[in-house]
Amino acid sequence: MDKLMTAQEAVDRIRDGDRIMIGGFGLRGCPDSLVDALVASGKKELTIISNDLGSPNQGLGRLLTNHQVKALIGSYYNWNPEAIEAYNCGRIQVTLVPQGTLAESIRAAGMGIPAYYTPASAGTELGEGKERRIFQGREYVLERAIYADAALIHAKRADSLGNLCYSKTARNFNPLMAMAATYTIAEVEEIVEAGDLDPDTVVTPHIYINAVVRRLGI
Amino acid sequence: MRELSKEEKQIRIAKNAAALIDGDESCSVINLGVGIPTLVANYLTREKVYIMAENGMVGVGPMAAAGQAHPDLINAGRQPVLETRGCAYMDSAESFGMIRGGHVDMTVLGAFEVDEEASIANWIIPGGKQLGVGGAMDLICGARKVLAAMTHTGKNGLKLVKRCSLPLTAKGAVDSVVTEYGVFTFRDGKLHLKRIAPEISLEELRRITEIEFEAEAETPLMLV
Repeated sequence: MDKLMTAQEAVDRIRDGDRIMIGGFGLRGCPDSLVDALVASGKKELTIISNDLGSPNQGLGRLLTNHQVKALIGSYYNWNPEAIEAYNCGRIQVTLVPQGTLAESIRAAGMGIPAYYTPASAGTELGEGKERRIFQGREYVLERAIYADAALIHAKRADSLGNLCYSKTARNFNPLMAMAATYTIAEVEEIVEAGDLDPDTVVTPHIYINAVVRRLGI
Repeated sequence: MRELSKEEKQIRIAKNAAALIDGDESCSVINLGVGIPTLVANYLTREKVYIMAENGMVGVGPMAAAGQAHPDLINAGRQPVLETRGCAYMDSAESFGMIRGGHVDMTVLGAFEVDEEASIANWIIPGGKQLGVGGAMDLICGARKVLAAMTHTGKNGLKLVKRCSLPLTAKGAVDSVVTEYGVFTFRDGKLHLKRIAPEISLEELRRITEIEFEAEAETPLMLV
């Protein structure tokens, strides 16, 4: 299989200063082996686009503990006090985005929609400075698509082409990020031959996937 | 007026919020926030009420006991949960599409403050200890009805206030408020008391509620 490689080979494409999407919600559906490889690579000045940042020194939190983060774009950092402290001290930049807006902006990037309107954050601090518009008497704000240089995602199962199936709530942002980045690496728990996945159960078709990595410790 | 323990308050709020959902046939798809709102599930009795979690699930079951937890299955509060028969999963964009698209009938959330314009502040207390909004803004904008389930007062004072002093989560969005001392609904731009706790008089309730509210002469009692 052309796309199968080690986590280390896969993250080698990432450059210092890249914008990287990483899937997961809490610690579920997080590509831990790829994050391990990214930590080991020492790539720095990264902008991490993710729902949250795991916990201190756990999950995505390891990237911050290892001083590889320049900026965060995401919705919820209250599970990681280290991220809050780093932001308060001015060590990292943080852009807070309502969770539904984060998901939709990533989806939009993958689907060729540069911007869209949503009611979330209208009339609040997070809506300040955004273009406003009234539709049917209700206020909306303009949100732009969020793109990335690379996406690190997690899936349950891949076939040898890179078609992906997910498991339960570990799906979350992973299929969206798969479409939104220039280079997408999927970490999976199981790899089968092309033709061995029921095509009706494939959530992410293989064309979005550039590299497949087997999750370690399975 | 007897002081209630923290646990008594939480259970009472959850029970009365559940009764409000049970009594509203138009509410069948609900989202429960973390804390007291999560407890609401324990007191729902009506069949065909489906709990959705914004991390991508419709048909959330009860908390998973140790040994029952599946590594890929959590609710939006990161707690391991169980499936229900007929549950379904979706990605985060569809999950929030479901919310924003008006397919979720009610969201139950905690709140720091609710004001007389039905605006709600529940995502941040400035001071640097928090950094997160999660799905609160999308949920409050998107769900058909918004129920704030919260203690009546907080350590910083009153919570049903004339005007929110904390950063807003959404303007004019709240439909009902359930506290340990009362069940309130907003109707025609005015707050109405629907039920009152047995420990408190109407005068005492007005003293700890900055929003002026309408009340019947004989307000029914809350479930205790």
